[in-house]
Amino acid sequence: MWGDMFKWLDPYAKPQVLFDTLLWWQRWLMPLAIVVLLLGTIWGLGFTPADYQQGDSYRIIHVHVPAAIWSMGVYAWMAIAAFIALVWQVKTAQWAIGAMAPIGAVYTLIALFTGAAWGKPMWGTWWVWDARLTSELILLFLFLGVMALQNAFADRQTGDKAASVLAVVGVVNLPIIHYSVEWWNTLHQGATITKFAKPSMDPSMLWPLLICILGFALLFGAFTCLRLRTAILQHEAHRPWVRHYVQEQHNAAV
Amino acid sequence: MNPRRKQRLIAVSGILVLLSGGVGAMLYALNENVDLFYTPSQLIDGLGEDKKKPVVGQRLRIGGMVVKGSVRRDEHSLKVSFDLVDTGPIVTVHYDGILPDLFREGQGIVAQGTLLDATNIQATEVLAKHDENYMPPEVAEAVKGIKHVAPKQTYPAGTP
Repeated sequence: MWGDMFKWLDPYAKPQVLFDTLLWWQRWLMPLAIVVLLLGTIWGLGFTPADYQQGDSYRIIHVHVPAAIWSMGVYAWMAIAAFIALVWQVKTAQWAIGAMAPIGAVYTLIALFTGAAWGKPMWGTWWVWDARLTSELILLFLFLGVMALQNAFADRQTGDKAASVLAVVGVVNLPIIHYSVEWWNTLHQGATITKFAKPSMDPSMLWPLLICILGFALLFGAFTCLRLRTAILQHEAHRPWVRHYVQEQHNAAV
Repeated sequence: MNPRRKQRLIAVSGILVLLSGGVGAMLYALNENVDLFYTPSQLIDGLGEDKKKPVVGQRLRIGGMVVKGSVRRDEHSLKVSFDLVDTGPIVTVHYDGILPDLFREGQGIVAQGTLLDATNIQATEVLAKHDENYMPPEVAEAVKGIKHVAPKQTYPAGTP
């Protein structure tokens, strides 16, 4: 039953097929991501009205919230890849973990850094050990841990397995991050848009934020395609099709 | 699905379920320790099932809404005191220092300090808490009836 349901995915387990598919996606995603991000940030940072309480300082939300949402989104995708790598032992899924982890780590860093820069003028402090900030910091350590584990063993298979287990286990942290502001009292405020209710934000500010969130998603997709293609080339370097591809690229460049 | 894959699927899912349960139980047990601050009612009525109250001299954080009209400033120093409320009980915070820009009556704050007696706290740090609502000043005026006043205009006449 399960096998038939996901049969259409089977060809993509083959590195060469996946490599070509990723190239097609990357060509679309990269320019689209740049255009959407430019539109969203310029609109959000330059042309939205100031907030009634926070004035212009709130504008950093257009970078902070997309980075924070997708730091969790990237983790979820990485964990799905890790789950596939553990159960079905698909090579390309193992490589996808390594391709996505650094992107997620950078998104998490952006979220933490912009959060600190926002917290200082508004709350009066760069950092406070409340549940939301602490759990997001743990997410950064999870990303770094996955990256470190995957490269910590002389035997690549052991590293892949260890990193996959950590990635799957770390999923527990995602609901904790999301619900931290509801379960416990924190300095961080509650959710503005990721809730089953009308977003508590004026439409004039909400649209650029949604565009920025889309932009961060597209950028994640584009970088994942790029990094996974690089990983495929590295791992398959001894295969004839890779040699052929590299020769072709070389000829085109000369 | 071949038996070995099925076995791995069960093993990985099992680990995830057990671990979620474990972490869930741990967080539930630690529940009150994860809270960043006491609310005024928790401070006065006690915390949790056994109604544990903080002792005088204990360092703690208190969070609540600043009661309207309760901010009393010392004319000759930075000393300030104000009342905090959540659902009923009122706690007074004493502070000597500069308050954050977002500090306003009716706004949420979190103060860190030591407990002087049952309802008084000497704060060493006051942080402003803001909510998740964002809107332009005109909309706030129409929806909430809040007239936005820039902090500069709230100083009493004569102060630089």
